[in-house]
Amino acid sequence: MPDFGFSLSKSSSVSLDSLDLGLYGELERLEPGVKTCMACGSCSAACTASVWSGMSVRKLILNLQRGKDVEKMLGSCMLCGKCSMVCPRGINTRHLILSLCRIYKKQ
Amino acid sequence: MQNRNILIIGGGIAGMEAAGQLLRLGWEPVIVEKNERLGGHVAKWYKLFPDMMSAADLVQTLTDGIKEATVYLKTRVASMNRLKDGYSVVLSNGVSLQCSAVLIASGFHLFDAAKKEEYGYGVYDHVITNADLEAWFGGAPDNRVPANPGQVAFVHCVGSRDLKAGNAQCSKVCCMTAIKQAIEFKERFPGAQVWCFYMDLRLFGKKYEDFYINAQKDFGVHFVRGRVSEVSEDIDGRVVLKAEDTLAGLPVKLRADLLVLMSGMLCNSDTAALASMVRTEVDSDGFLRSRDNIYRINESRREGVFFAGACTGSKTVPETVAEARAAALDIHNYLNGNA
Ligand SMILES: Cc1cc2nc3c(=O)[nH]c(=O)nc-3n(C[C@H](O)[C@H](O)[C@H](O)COP(=O)(O)OP(=O)(O)OC[C@H]3O[C@@H](n4cnc5c(N)ncnc54)[C@H](O)[C@@H]3O)c2cc1C
Ligand code: SF4
Ligand code: SF4
Ligand code: SF4
Repeated sequence: MPDFGFSLSKSSSVSLDSLDLGLYGELERLEPGVKTCMACGSCSAACTASVWSGMSVRKLILNLQRGKDVEKMLGSCMLCGKCSMVCPRGINTRHLILSLCRIYKKQ
Repeated sequence: MQNRNILIIGGGIAGMEAAGQLLRLGWEPVIVEKNERLGGHVAKWYKLFPDMMSAADLVQTLTDGIKEATVYLKTRVASMNRLKDGYSVVLSNGVSLQCSAVLIASGFHLFDAAKKEEYGYGVYDHVITNADLEAWFGGAPDNRVPANPGQVAFVHCVGSRDLKAGNAQCSKVCCMTAIKQAIEFKERFPGAQVWCFYMDLRLFGKKYEDFYINAQKDFGVHFVRGRVSEVSEDIDGRVVLKAEDTLAGLPVKLRADLLVLMSGMLCNSDTAALASMVRTEVDSDGFLRSRDNIYRINESRREGVFFAGACTGSKTVPETVAEARAAALDIHNYLNGNA
């Protein structure tokens, strides 16, 4: 390819036609509650790690639902469980994080 | 001869409107109201969306329509027995009567905001509810409302859409109430910054979206999509709230001089007792169970027992009034054998 002096960056758009939901599907089986997340952000607002690390259960769930990898974010969680206390849909978010860690460990 | 009495339990706008219509249809409604006045919750509100009509005027209009009805205030139904065609009823004031049909119009209960401890209602100095703000707009003094507020925050969905508060349902009117109150607040304090923290904005009714647009365009109300997770108080007595701005994906913090909690509409706590008295059922959402939720909302599953208004779920005023009229006609047809 000739050098035009610039390059095209990879598209950041998510094709919903060809999502790989393998990871999310596995999480759904272990934690059916995840299906009821309404993206309210209470978990992220209450999170002790969010301010310095960007940790957010809401983003974690959303990224999984869009077929993205979230392993890096998992490392910021301190498993304090504050997020579980505030979730209005009663999702055990702390347990969800642990389940996700197990799924990654198996891979 | 057929007994012409119709017992109406609850003298809110539903019970009042139904009584007015039943009078016109030739029946003799008997309203039993547990409080010392008629009008229910609406009697405590200031102005009603979407027309910003005076709530007191509406209650007055309804009162004018029931001059011929029998009204017992500060009274409850003590016991009720099914007869061949109707009910025999004893009231807490000692009166006993027979009636051909029963209309339950017992309305709702406002969620007790103190139960959501993380919002500090009753603990911090400047936290009030939507109902408190209506009363303040109506002229009731409230020293929790500062004289010259710089920032005000409205928290949506307090005790609604919240399994931990025991209520999974959306209360439906509080998004619109928040916007109505935000605008009324800005009219009184044009210099104040007003923030609404919402999860979803549910503005479903006629002209409701106009309020949203006006709140943005004419009043500069700020909207943040995120549920407030906790509230604290700083040394100056201001309320500090934390949420995630879920659209920006960032945690946010706001210091407010006043926090207004949009308490949701729950079933009246008398509902279970009333249901068992007329031997009908409570639905899975805690409200009274209609025959169905599409065509027969006004009918209970029990012969001769009807419903109107917020006793079967969250409703707006026009919905409540329309249901009360429908219930009056249902009762009329039922008693004339046309049902
Ligand atoms: C803060 C707030 C603001 C609102 N603003 C608006 C608005 O601007 N516009 C709008 O369209 N809607 C508004 N609404 C909704 C409106 O309040 C309801 O639609 C309306 O109150 C329903 O009327 P109701 O008669 O069914 O119930 P209620 O108003 O609850 O009346 C029920 C009555 O029954 C009585 N009762 C209950 N149990 C018994 C018993 N066992 N025996 C005897 N009596 C009993 C109660 O004392 C009460 O008087 C608002 C709601 C809230 C929470
Ligand atoms: S458990 Fe993890 S994600 Fe949840 S609040 Fe604690 S640090 Fe944040
Ligand atoms: S608090 Fe619960 S419902 Fe809200 S975003 Fe987090 S996981 Fe989803
Ligand atoms: S109407 Fe709005 S504030 Fe009220 S419960 Fe529903 S979403 Fe929440």
